[in-house]
Amino acid sequence: MQFVLDHLLTLILFIPLLGSAVLMVLPIKSKGVVRWTAFAFSLVPFVLAVVLWGSFAWQESGFQFEEVTPWFQLLNSSYHLGVDGISLSMVLLTTLLTPLAILISFGIEEQVKLYMALFLMLETGMLGVFVSLDLIIFFIFWEIGLVPMYFLINIWGSANRRYASFKFFIYTMAGSIGLLLSIQLIGLTMGTFDMLELFQVWPTFTDDLFGVANGTIKAVGFWLFTIAFAIKVPVWPFHTWLPDAHTEAPTAGSMILAGVLLKLGAYGFLRLVLPLFPMQAAQFAPVLAVLAMLAIIMGAFASFGQSDFKRLVAYSSVNHMGFVVLAIAVAARSFNGDASAQDAIIATNGAVLQMFNHGLSAAAMFLLVGVIYDRTHTRDLTRYGGLWAIAPVYGGILMFSSMASLGLPGLNGFVSEFLVVRGSWPVFTLITALSMLGLLFTGAYILKALLNVLHGPLNEEWAEHDKEHALEINRREIAAVAPLMVLMLVIGIYPAWILNVINVAVTNLLG
Amino acid sequence: MEFTEPVSLSVLLAIVPEIGLTILALIVLTIDMTTPEERRGGIGLVAAVGVAVILVANLLLGGPRASDLEGQLVLGGMLRHDTLALIFRTMVLLAGALTCLISVGLEKVGRQGEYYVIILVATLGMSLMSAAADLIMVYLGLETTSISLYVLAGFIRDDERSSESGLKYFLFGAFTSSIMLYGLSLLYGFAGQTNIYALAGPLAERLSEGAQGTFALILSLVLIIVGFGFKVAAVPFHFWTPDVYQGAPTPITAFISTASKAASFALLLRVFLAVFPSAMQPQWTALVAAMAAATMTLGNVLALPQRNIKRLLAYSSIAQAGYALIGVVAISDLGAAAVTFYMFMYVLTNIGAFTVIVLFSRATGSEDIADYAGLSRRSPYLALALVVALLSLAGIPPLAGFMGKFYLFSAAVQANMVWLAIVGVLNAIVALYYYLTVIKIMYVDSSDDDSPIQVPRAHAFTLVVTSVGVLLMGTIPSVPWFEWAVTAASGLGLPGVMN
Amino acid sequence: MTIPFMTIILATPMVAAIIMLAFMKNEQPTPIKVLSAIATGISLAASIYVYVSYDVASAGFQFEEFAPWVPQLGVGYHLGVDGISAPMALLTGLASFTGVLISWGIDDRPREFFAFFMLLVAGVYGVFLALDLFLLFFFYELAIFPMYVLIATWGWKVTRVYASMKLTLYILVGSVIALVGVIAMVLVAEPAIGKLSFDVVDLMEARDAGAFDVPVMGAVTFARAWFPFIFLGFGVLAGVFPFHNWSPDGHVAAPSAVSMIHAGVLMKMGAYAALRVGVQMLPQGAATHLPWMVFLTLINVVYGSMIAMVQRDFKYVIGFSSVSHMGLVSMGFATQNLQGMTGAGMQMFSHGVMTALFFASVGMVYDRAHTRDIPSLGGMWTKMPTVAFAFIVGGLTSMGMPGLSGFVAELPILIGVWRAGSTIAPYYAVIAILAATGIVVTAAYVLRIVQLVFFGEFDESKFHDVGDVTALDKTALAILVAFLFLIGIFPALMAPMVASGMAPIVQVLGGA
Repeated sequence: MQFVLDHLLTLILFIPLLGSAVLMVLPIKSKGVVRWTAFAFSLVPFVLAVVLWGSFAWQESGFQFEEVTPWFQLLNSSYHLGVDGISLSMVLLTTLLTPLAILISFGIEEQVKLYMALFLMLETGMLGVFVSLDLIIFFIFWEIGLVPMYFLINIWGSANRRYASFKFFIYTMAGSIGLLLSIQLIGLTMGTFDMLELFQVWPTFTDDLFGVANGTIKAVGFWLFTIAFAIKVPVWPFHTWLPDAHTEAPTAGSMILAGVLLKLGAYGFLRLVLPLFPMQAAQFAPVLAVLAMLAIIMGAFASFGQSDFKRLVAYSSVNHMGFVVLAIAVAARSFNGDASAQDAIIATNGAVLQMFNHGLSAAAMFLLVGVIYDRTHTRDLTRYGGLWAIAPVYGGILMFSSMASLGLPGLNGFVSEFLVVRGSWPVFTLITALSMLGLLFTGAYILKALLNVLHGPLNEEWAEHDKEHALEINRREIAAVAPLMVLMLVIGIYPAWILNVINVAVTNLLG
Repeated sequence: MEFTEPVSLSVLLAIVPEIGLTILALIVLTIDMTTPEERRGGIGLVAAVGVAVILVANLLLGGPRASDLEGQLVLGGMLRHDTLALIFRTMVLLAGALTCLISVGLEKVGRQGEYYVIILVATLGMSLMSAAADLIMVYLGLETTSISLYVLAGFIRDDERSSESGLKYFLFGAFTSSIMLYGLSLLYGFAGQTNIYALAGPLAERLSEGAQGTFALILSLVLIIVGFGFKVAAVPFHFWTPDVYQGAPTPITAFISTASKAASFALLLRVFLAVFPSAMQPQWTALVAAMAAATMTLGNVLALPQRNIKRLLAYSSIAQAGYALIGVVAISDLGAAAVTFYMFMYVLTNIGAFTVIVLFSRATGSEDIADYAGLSRRSPYLALALVVALLSLAGIPPLAGFMGKFYLFSAAVQANMVWLAIVGVLNAIVALYYYLTVIKIMYVDSSDDDSPIQVPRAHAFTLVVTSVGVLLMGTIPSVPWFEWAVTAASGLGLPGVMN
Repeated sequence: MTIPFMTIILATPMVAAIIMLAFMKNEQPTPIKVLSAIATGISLAASIYVYVSYDVASAGFQFEEFAPWVPQLGVGYHLGVDGISAPMALLTGLASFTGVLISWGIDDRPREFFAFFMLLVAGVYGVFLALDLFLLFFFYELAIFPMYVLIATWGWKVTRVYASMKLTLYILVGSVIALVGVIAMVLVAEPAIGKLSFDVVDLMEARDAGAFDVPVMGAVTFARAWFPFIFLGFGVLAGVFPFHNWSPDGHVAAPSAVSMIHAGVLMKMGAYAALRVGVQMLPQGAATHLPWMVFLTLINVVYGSMIAMVQRDFKYVIGFSSVSHMGLVSMGFATQNLQGMTGAGMQMFSHGVMTALFFASVGMVYDRAHTRDIPSLGGMWTKMPTVAFAFIVGGLTSMGMPGLSGFVAELPILIGVWRAGSTIAPYYAVIAILAATGIVVTAAYVLRIVQLVFFGEFDESKFHDVGDVTALDKTALAILVAFLFLIGIFPALMAPMVASGMAPIVQVLGGA
């Protein structure tokens, strides 16, 4: 037991990869066995994550469960893991969503083994980003996550999958190169890649490099980091890969893409950009805030204009993540005194919670889109209509999840968005006000979706269809979405259990 | 210099090859006269074995170390008994033996006793050339060799090509010979001596006399170079080579291209390095260096468009002589050793190559390179033997040619003639192109005729000796040969920077 | 008695070649192939042993063997490995053994094919193991002719004659010019050490005594005058722009196993020789010239990847990709610091394995589909999943995906380039940025091939008799893939060793 506790993070990180290898190597023929094996392998990290949550001393600030081993001594890079409140919540989110996504993927019939193996590999990649405390290790897991997602979209996606997966990969990678260059520069100059050390020494580094002023170097470094993360979040205008990727990916792929992968970008902002470049972040925060606002508004507008259900949900991610970025901008402002620490902390708490919440609601939405798509083989909103009549349970769940997404008080979305707005208002009043407009349209598009899918006259096509293949959501899918719904409700009513943990970490970060 | 020394055993041992060859020639002639037509097929073998015996005997008995006359002039100062002579005689005898061997069974010449006798006489002339220490002996050896070779080149009377070859060789040779004789006589005139080793002093005096003396010496230098240039087929005295090589019976081509060239280089080394005073070195080195560069380049460039394999090898031989001239120009122990090594390599290699050609033309009647297509399938070992020979000529390890070129280029760089080394090196690449083309034709192209080529035992033996020899000389056992060459060079008394 | 590992590694293929030529017949190909596999296997095993037993802490030359050869000129049979050459020997072992495995299907004069292949392998080993410069040359040239014959005879009919001749002459020009330089070096070194010697140890002593810092033309020292010729002379074989032109045609024309050796090992031979003879012996020259040569390497990286992007022929993409990746090796050398140079050494290994993998896969596809035209292919994943997987792993390695050896090699190189921005000249920082863009282009063309060749629609009518690869093929691919992951996940298995070999060179450069 002590061994487990000592190496908890490594276990959580690598058990999915182990599962992936096991699946590929063992000659299992039965699809069922493959599916349940994969599911089992994905549950173990979740259980361990819960243990982690329970053993985490949330009142203490700083990183816990640290593990350090030298890895690439030539470059002074070591295998350094650790979690604080922010990363812990992300770990929980990832380990929760993956089993659910796998459960949803039981409907995949082709090359099941490979699919499950890739999925587990993806989990390791994502978890790695959240738990690394060394820049190189961070980058490694950041990049590794691209590969399984590329293949998941490319092989099991929809009609336009090749274009979408290619764009996703190249776009993200192009951003990553800038990140890599910046990381190399920092690590080389300071002689270490360890994040904890760098947080101490890099911000106070004021020498010139290559004959270029220190200020310029830092500004360039800041932007390289920012762009890389901005592509991932995504921040407008770097978001164009997202609609295609999310839409073309298989259901579970979209769940994870929206649910976790986007959070990698936001996490990068919080974990790296703010501590390493506080002054530059403060300086450029207004730009970020404006972009965030545009994301909120444009995302909502774009969503509203879609006739493809999945694309609508995809754009909604842009909209929701905009709040995260807005809060980050506020947090940045606290470094030069333009925002009070309290506002910043509130906003950032909201941001992290929003990350968690959006993970839940986006996953749920994509899951539900997938449910209906599996049965009707169309995502065209105009072709739906009145499905409430034949699929009432589905309708109820869809309504519930949409409300959470919309930010209905009592559900989780409200709490996080409220915190963000509360924190941003004193700092970026105008921008926040305009973002409220976005919120208005959020409501609009959500209701539009609901209207088109559930209400209205029942489309005869589906009524006929229902007689042979039930349109109603089945038990497995309900089992997959239920935990999400429970959490949406719990967080909406009693967010303290998670907010407390996040708060300590955020305070430490911004302090 | 005494001219009335007693003829002791050691003096006789110093001329073992000459004595042996004379006796052997008489034996062969006798056999030819006494045996009936049908049973004369073995004459070549007798000649070959005889020469081999002489070779071994010479190595054992005729070496300078075996006698007390090391480094000394013998027989009235006509010959010098040193390692250089030993090593070149070995080359020449080896070439002679192998030439006889590969002539066995060849129509029109294989059964002719006179043919072998003349080969033996030519070998004798070359043996004299290797050891010559006197101007008269130089000329004597040269002429003995040359005349025999003229006859051999034109031996096949009813073949137009052969007759043309013999005649051309004769005309060219006689002309250049007489020019050289004039140069030699000028030297005698200036020095009052005919012994090579005694010339340096008087000539130096001549030089110090001023412009007239210098001019005279340079004139004689040029005239002598004409003669040597012809013998080694250096540019611009090379014009006879392609036609003569192509027309002569192929074993004779092999003989001319190897042994006669080798013996001439022995002479070159002695005459130039011992005779012409160091004050003249800049002039003659410049001249010979230019010749070397021109020879290499022209030889290689003209080889490129050739379609006949014998002509290709003729131009290749011209180029090879060019490389060897680099070693002469270097004027050092290393240079002389390099030349010696290179000639040894060259003898083995070229004979190997020509043996393959003999066999191929005998089987197919063709000397066209294009007809060699698919040889690797028809007769893999024959193709391999030719590959070994061509690659050695090109200078590719692990074959002897690589070591030889390395020694030569090292000598050039050491003598501060880096430009010459670079010219040589670039030429090697040009040459590689046409050698590789032949190899490509054998391996890549295919032919309709799949029948294997007949390889009689005598020829197989020759190929084994040459191929293995070339391989050995290029690898670990290269050392004994090189050491031998170094000993030979050091016996010449030159400045040298070696460990 | 100490086992002479070096000689075993070197001699086993040569002995096998002789046995094959003398005793085996083309009508019975199996003994020939088995013998080849055994011979390369023995050399591979010995090189693994040497690699694993190398004492990184003491560094320096180990497993030395010496015998005099031509003492008059200071040439000796001196073999040994250090931290740089041990991985190279290992690489040769891997490429040659897997190359034999995937050539099992050769049926045209297999005896000659495998005999020349063995000679080629021996030549390449010799270059890496030689500690005498003449010996290095000897083996360098030894490898050239078998390469010619293998490509010209068993290569792709359309271009093999042209490509093989071009390749041979090109490489030879470079190397012989370098040879003249080496001879000059030896002669110049003589006064400093009191003897003529081609031995690497002796020449390093001469270098330390300042023998190569003597002026030869006015103020220009020997080192400065000769370095470009030696470095670029060998650099031809490493594919340094603008002397890379032989490489793509050569790669494409060669039969698969030969391409594996060619791109995988031969090009590394050139880089290694440039390092050992050029940089290590003439550090002053290196310090003067590398700062401008780095631009050539940058052109390699960027231009190579862009040309790879537009190729229609599958194999040409890989060929140009090699030109691009070798540019990173030379770039690493040009940084003159420990990170960059260690990265370069690791890239030599990583790229070697990766490109061997690529060419093996390409060969397998071509053998079955009889076309290499990217637009015509498609869906090969369905028929040969192992090959597709192997190719994808190789592709990810080439774009520097973490977890694979490409990343752990390219990372230190780029860091080294950054560092050179402070220690040598600020423009190195720009070079780092531009080189990194090459990575993105690489990703693009790799994905393009993966998508078009292995995924996509499988044309049943055109490729109806395309089947999966043999067990031997799969073994070969598995071995190569394993090493890509192994070094990628545990760089500590190679980085310290390479660093120990590069450290003395960096030291002399720093002092130079």
